[in-house]
Amino acid sequence: MTSPVLERRSGADRIKGRAFHLFLLSCLGLGLVCLVVLLVQVVTKGLPRLNIDLFREFPSSSPRRAGARSAIFGTIWVVGICGLLVVPVGVAAALYLEEYADTTRWYNRLIEVNIQNLAAVPSIVYGILGLGFLSRGPLNLGFVVLAGSLTLALLVLPIVIITSREAIRAVPNSIRLGAYALGATQWQTIRRQVLPSAVPGIATGSILALSRAIGEAAPLILLGGLTFLTFNPTGLDSPFTVLPIQIFNWISRPQEEFRVLAAAAIVVLLAILISMNAFAIFVRNRYERRW
Amino acid sequence: MFRITALDFYYGDFRAVRDVNVDISGNEISAVIGPSGCGKSTFIRCLNRMNDLIPGTRVGGRIEYHGQDLYGSNVDPIEVRRRIGMVFQKPNPFPKSIYDNVAFGPKVNGIKQNMDDLVEESLQRAALWDEVKDKLKQSAFSLSGGQQQRLCIARCIAVRPDVILMDEPCSALDPLATNRIEELMIELKREFTIVIVTHNMQQAARVSDRTAFFTTEVNDQAQRTGILVEVDRTEKIFTAPSDQRTEDYITGRFG
Amino acid sequence: MTAPELAASPDLGLGSQSLLQASRPRYSEQVIKSVLALCGFLSIGTTVAIIGSLAVPTVEFFSEVSVVEFFTTREWAPLFADAKFGVLPLVTGTLVTTLVALAVCIPFGLGAAIYLSEYAQRRRRAILKPLLEILAGIPTVVYGFFALTFVTPLLRDVWFLPGEAPTVFNALSAGLVMGVMILPTVASLSEDAMTAVPQSLRQGAYGLGSNKMQVSTRVVLPAALSGIVAAFVLAISRAMGETMIVLIAAGGTPNLSLNPAEGMQTLTAFIAAAGIGDQPTGSTGYKTIFAVGSTLFAVTFVLNFLSIRLVRRFREVYE
Repeated sequence: MTSPVLERRSGADRIKGRAFHLFLLSCLGLGLVCLVVLLVQVVTKGLPRLNIDLFREFPSSSPRRAGARSAIFGTIWVVGICGLLVVPVGVAAALYLEEYADTTRWYNRLIEVNIQNLAAVPSIVYGILGLGFLSRGPLNLGFVVLAGSLTLALLVLPIVIITSREAIRAVPNSIRLGAYALGATQWQTIRRQVLPSAVPGIATGSILALSRAIGEAAPLILLGGLTFLTFNPTGLDSPFTVLPIQIFNWISRPQEEFRVLAAAAIVVLLAILISMNAFAIFVRNRYERRW
Repeated sequence: MFRITALDFYYGDFRAVRDVNVDISGNEISAVIGPSGCGKSTFIRCLNRMNDLIPGTRVGGRIEYHGQDLYGSNVDPIEVRRRIGMVFQKPNPFPKSIYDNVAFGPKVNGIKQNMDDLVEESLQRAALWDEVKDKLKQSAFSLSGGQQQRLCIARCIAVRPDVILMDEPCSALDPLATNRIEELMIELKREFTIVIVTHNMQQAARVSDRTAFFTTEVNDQAQRTGILVEVDRTEKIFTAPSDQRTEDYITGRFG
Repeated sequence: MTAPELAASPDLGLGSQSLLQASRPRYSEQVIKSVLALCGFLSIGTTVAIIGSLAVPTVEFFSEVSVVEFFTTREWAPLFADAKFGVLPLVTGTLVTTLVALAVCIPFGLGAAIYLSEYAQRRRRAILKPLLEILAGIPTVVYGFFALTFVTPLLRDVWFLPGEAPTVFNALSAGLVMGVMILPTVASLSEDAMTAVPQSLRQGAYGLGSNKMQVSTRVVLPAALSGIVAAFVLAISRAMGETMIVLIAAGGTPNLSLNPAEGMQTLTAFIAAAGIGDQPTGSTGYKTIFAVGSTLFAVTFVLNFLSIRLVRRFREVYE
């Protein structure tokens, strides 16, 4: 007879362990199933209207003739300007915090905590800021491209800062020491060594931040943006609409045809986001250095 | 070249190096040896103000370089580092081409000379030219560890320093690569003053003219402070040291 | 140092006094540092601007409407001729949708985190985690569409619980979909916390003969608790602040009810709806946006701050 000491545990314990494992797996599975169902539902529903007219036509009160042209161009304008504004400022702030700031100082710690907090402020609150400060209030820009871009830029600024800081922090210190030992100044070291090494990480983070901006509707709605536009923006002071707002507009209509149109526009929006994310992953895998 | 008097070095409140007095002369190789944690690296990083980059550190005493106080109020640490170059323990080439690695220093220092010539000359003097002349545009990471370290030496030479500090430059290299670097050092001492930190006593004996022996003393709070025990001609240190602690260390009876 | 040696270094060239001085002043270094610092401080400016833009109209609002009326009366109809300013229906709307979302994202997010941190092999984890995080990148307007056109009809078809089946606009489907949206955030932050628990703790427990489930639930989970709680707190903040899903799927009628099968309006949905209504600047209707916004901002601000503090405390223990 073998001793029972080293035998497997009682059946009940094993079943409990298995059941737990299965439960955990299903938790993850739930998320993935939802993702698949959502994609399938949107694509099947939007399929009838996924054609060239969607890109060619302007919005219309007749669902058969309506397209998302002004919304697509508006998205490109607003997010493009947003990127031009937010990336330089975000990277500069990240450089300050990583390379210059003495984090034992209270004001630098305040900046850090503040950025973490801003990253979690609801997007609609940025809309209120945009409404009260930019589109009306002191600046009184109206509902124009610049107001939308600025609002979105403030919204994603914390994301750009946080991801850029990580990229800058990943550059090994030996690179900095090497440059200093050759008589480089601090800015020469940053400009010529640290920043070029951090570019892939900064680019990845910036793309992800802009893909967040592309999907935002709530703050722009608040600026006054649920308008019916049959022309493309022509400058910073043009009125505009963007894809998420156009989608929301179509969802709110009672006719089923508009829902189909909304689904088709969602497919376009998701396609843009997926290609941006794929590009970000490509940049990361292709250019990011493992130290 | 250097006259160091009563040098203390602090990390915050902790004194890492205490009361170092030593002169370092030009155009020879001075070796700094001692057990790990004895402050040898900290010591040579005081010589080009590299320690300035660590917040909360402080230097006491005086270091004179060509008779001028290295920590004087009108001294620019960047100018110090341009004249007193440094090679690190682990080869740290920049993630750029071989050419750009060498050209970086002259560029940031505004040296106006034909850059191709300067790069070639520096690589020649670092005994690396023949190995890399056909692949100057390739990444520095494509080189072997020993080649990378010689590239770092070439990079340092390109700035035309007066002194080259070497912080255990061979500890990450195999014996063959070590041998080449040692030959190179002897070659370079005709033009440069070299201070090398090494944990390898044979290396100190092979290459250096003078040797300084550091050790640690432990105070009652179990803090280890580095002190300079003695400094002398290298043959003297290795054959007839005047201090018992030096003798114990070089004969392997240490600790 | 003797004179001949100085001469031996012709490169030094300069007189010994100026030997180590900067060859040119470095003003540009200071200018650059100042510009970068300015960008760093811009984030503080954003917070100040948010608080400023909220505070002024809010104060004006409360000079027209009493604080007591705002927080205690039970009817919300600020944009009608006979205006009523009791914010409670919006608060319950936010409460119900948030609770439904938490009921989804907390257990399932935590389960997914335990799986990723303790059970999954590295290769599998490297595939599953990014897949899960795609969910966090889907625009909220898309989730709103999904809730309205898929989840709600599904719930109405298969409804088996006591009580009326959900209405076309209902808090339940909005909350459920919101929970799925927040799930990756909870999973990711909790997993970070669990991964940070030192391996030695796990080995100690295995050494005492524990199995994987016991190690996960009785050792790792408690050790990572403050990090996990931080994830939960952030989830609450996200759920309360979410706008588009509730705006699209939960309806636009303030409703003082705790029944998730009914339609209701949340704080955020009211703000957005009032924005769509294009209130004239300076009107009481316009100021309500800011009063409700202040309420929302204050609550989420406290939650975010709590979450940041919890994460910080957790890091201090293990890093």
